[in-house]
Amino acid sequence: MKVIVCVKQIPDPATPGELDPATNQLKREGKLILDESDSYGVEMALQLVDAAGGGEVAIVSMAPNDEMSGMRTALAMGAAQGVLVSDPALAGSDALTTAKVLAAAVQRLGGADLVLAGTESSDGYTGTVPEQMAEILGLPSVTFAKSVAVDGGSLKVNRQTEAGYDDVTCPLPALVSVTAGVVEPRYPSFKGIMAAKSKPVETVTAADLGVTPAGWAGAGQTISEVAQAPAREAGTVIEDDGEAFGKIVEYLEGLKVI
Amino acid sequence: MAISTIWVFAQEANGAPTSGTLELLTKARSLGGSVAAVVGGDASAIAGALGEYGATTVYATGDLAGALPGVAVASAMKALIDGGASPDLIMFPQNYEGRDVMARLSVKLDRTVLTNSIDISVDGDTVSATTPVFGGNTLVTATFTGAGPHLVAFRPKSFAAESTGGGAPEVVAAPVPDLGSTAGAAVTAVHVEESTGPKLDEADIVVAGGRGLGEAEKFAMVDELASVLKGAAGASRAIVDAGWVPYSMQVGQTGKVVKPNVYIAAGISGATQHMVGMKGSKNIIAINKDAEAPIFGVADLGIVGDVHKVLPKLIEALQARG
Ligand SMILES: Cc1cc2nc3c(=O)[nH]c(=O)nc-3n(C[C@H](O)[C@H](O)[C@H](O)COP(=O)(O)OP(=O)(O)OC[C@H]3O[C@@H](n4cnc5c(N)ncnc54)[C@H](O)[C@@H]3O)c2cc1C
Ligand SMILES: Nc1ncnc2c1ncn2[C@@H]1O[C@H](COP(=O)(O)O)[C@@H](O)[C@H]1O
Repeated sequence: MKVIVCVKQIPDPATPGELDPATNQLKREGKLILDESDSYGVEMALQLVDAAGGGEVAIVSMAPNDEMSGMRTALAMGAAQGVLVSDPALAGSDALTTAKVLAAAVQRLGGADLVLAGTESSDGYTGTVPEQMAEILGLPSVTFAKSVAVDGGSLKVNRQTEAGYDDVTCPLPALVSVTAGVVEPRYPSFKGIMAAKSKPVETVTAADLGVTPAGWAGAGQTISEVAQAPAREAGTVIEDDGEAFGKIVEYLEGLKVI
Repeated sequence: MAISTIWVFAQEANGAPTSGTLELLTKARSLGGSVAAVVGGDASAIAGALGEYGATTVYATGDLAGALPGVAVASAMKALIDGGASPDLIMFPQNYEGRDVMARLSVKLDRTVLTNSIDISVDGDTVSATTPVFGGNTLVTATFTGAGPHLVAFRPKSFAAESTGGGAPEVVAAPVPDLGSTAGAAVTAVHVEESTGPKLDEADIVVAGGRGLGEAEKFAMVDELASVLKGAAGASRAIVDAGWVPYSMQVGQTGKVVKPNVYIAAGISGATQHMVGMKGSKNIIAINKDAEAPIFGVADLGIVGDVHKVLPKLIEALQARG
């Protein structure tokens, strides 16, 4: 069984985000890490290939400046190889262009039985890239999977819904997006980290993949305004001296909700 | 040429249009032009209500026979457009089905999408949508540069729903064409998680718990406080991911947007992704043992204290009042 996982590489979420004043785009410079949202897809892929009794997990990513630190983390977890699309012309790409690029990268790897992605990235969170990829690749898809099992030529998925979850079946090949927390991502072992250094990652440009238009020119949207939201007025903060619950009761009384 | 036709992807729950659907119809109406609703399924139960909120046409695919709506509804929309329908703007709710239909359609039409929007403006041919970033502190407005139909998804509660008292709409069949290689994903069983009391996204009072509760069992305090206040219980993603409570209770960017009269956050730090889901609450009370927790930045009443001490006393005091 062959599984390809989309892995987004993002600035460390621990450092606060910032807009580039020149382009009004989120700054994505410096060292990038594996988006936690995608660590679940990598783990899921490794488990499914294991359960199938063999096969391969490959990864695809689009990131600026030939950045592959996040991909190395996925390789250290156990993925075998990857394709990185890195191209200055892709800066400012919208979700649709990203999906076109990633779909082409999946094809570059010869396609797969199953393509996995996160339901939404931590820094972009459009949540549309996986489903757009499925359409481009001509695949059926199941989004928001909270568990995935392969049963012969088809998938059995528990799909999160607003009210609970649905049992869904889907023929392979297919694309599935997985929610956070579906599996416990493994920590790369020392051996894994060493092995990752020599695993093959092919770096390509949009043109290599035959994808146009890309970046600013192809986005179909432009940022027209950036404004500060009206701030909430600062409230009262008190230290609990054992009686602070009384302040909450008073406050609720004032609002006439009790 | 201004906007002349707007479509709204309409959804049904328990025999009625969802509140998000009515919000989008109301907004669509205010932008001018004619408004149509597109329903994935049989529209007979909800067509009347869609008309009351401004839809003059309802396109209905008919029973989807278990197919997931994403590819099915997008294909039906594409067939309508190929057949001559020409919406200038298509509005989607930012939820599971809305996102999936919009994403599939964006590829079929080769159009970009704007997501997580909370507002939209139309000025002649120019369509712009606004989205909050960094926990809602910054508002970014993007304008479409290409040709329509423009595809935009909106967060719940971005607009207030108001009926026009409009009459019955014309219902038009919009059958799903052959899905070819993209067919096959099908729902075989539906599981609904039991919940009691008011719905989380409609409750007047919401009590939400986070990792500061320490362990799953302690969520009972949040449940109890919610029940004495006749409100709904909610949660941060940290404890949903940890499996303490079901996803249906998650408040935030990937969960529900709530705007209750009172929001009580217990042991929640106030991460930006949590705040975008609750910052619109009228009154916010936060209990957190860390005086530096970001949640205090939005709280009207902040208690720096231990949830294990404050909550039991609060529950007891409220119960004593009867
Ligand atoms: C793409 C993406 C989407 C996300 N979507 C969401 C979302 O929809 N909703 C959401 O909530 N999060 C979301 N998150 C996660 C978010 O970033 C935070 O990780 C999460 O909200 C933290 O939950 P928490 O406040 O319960 O936990 P923590 O951040 O760990 O905070 C726990 C708090 O409890 C306090 N505390 C500890 N002990 C006590 C005590 N005894 N008494 C009182 N206080 C105590 C601590 O001081 C701390 O402030 C998302 C993240 C990403 C990347
Ligand atoms: N640049 C990228 N590189 C690799 N995967 C991506 C990229 N952008 C999005 N994805 C995938 O698509 C998912 C949803 O992303 P988004 O649509 O940005 O919310 C992510 O969790 C990834 O799996």
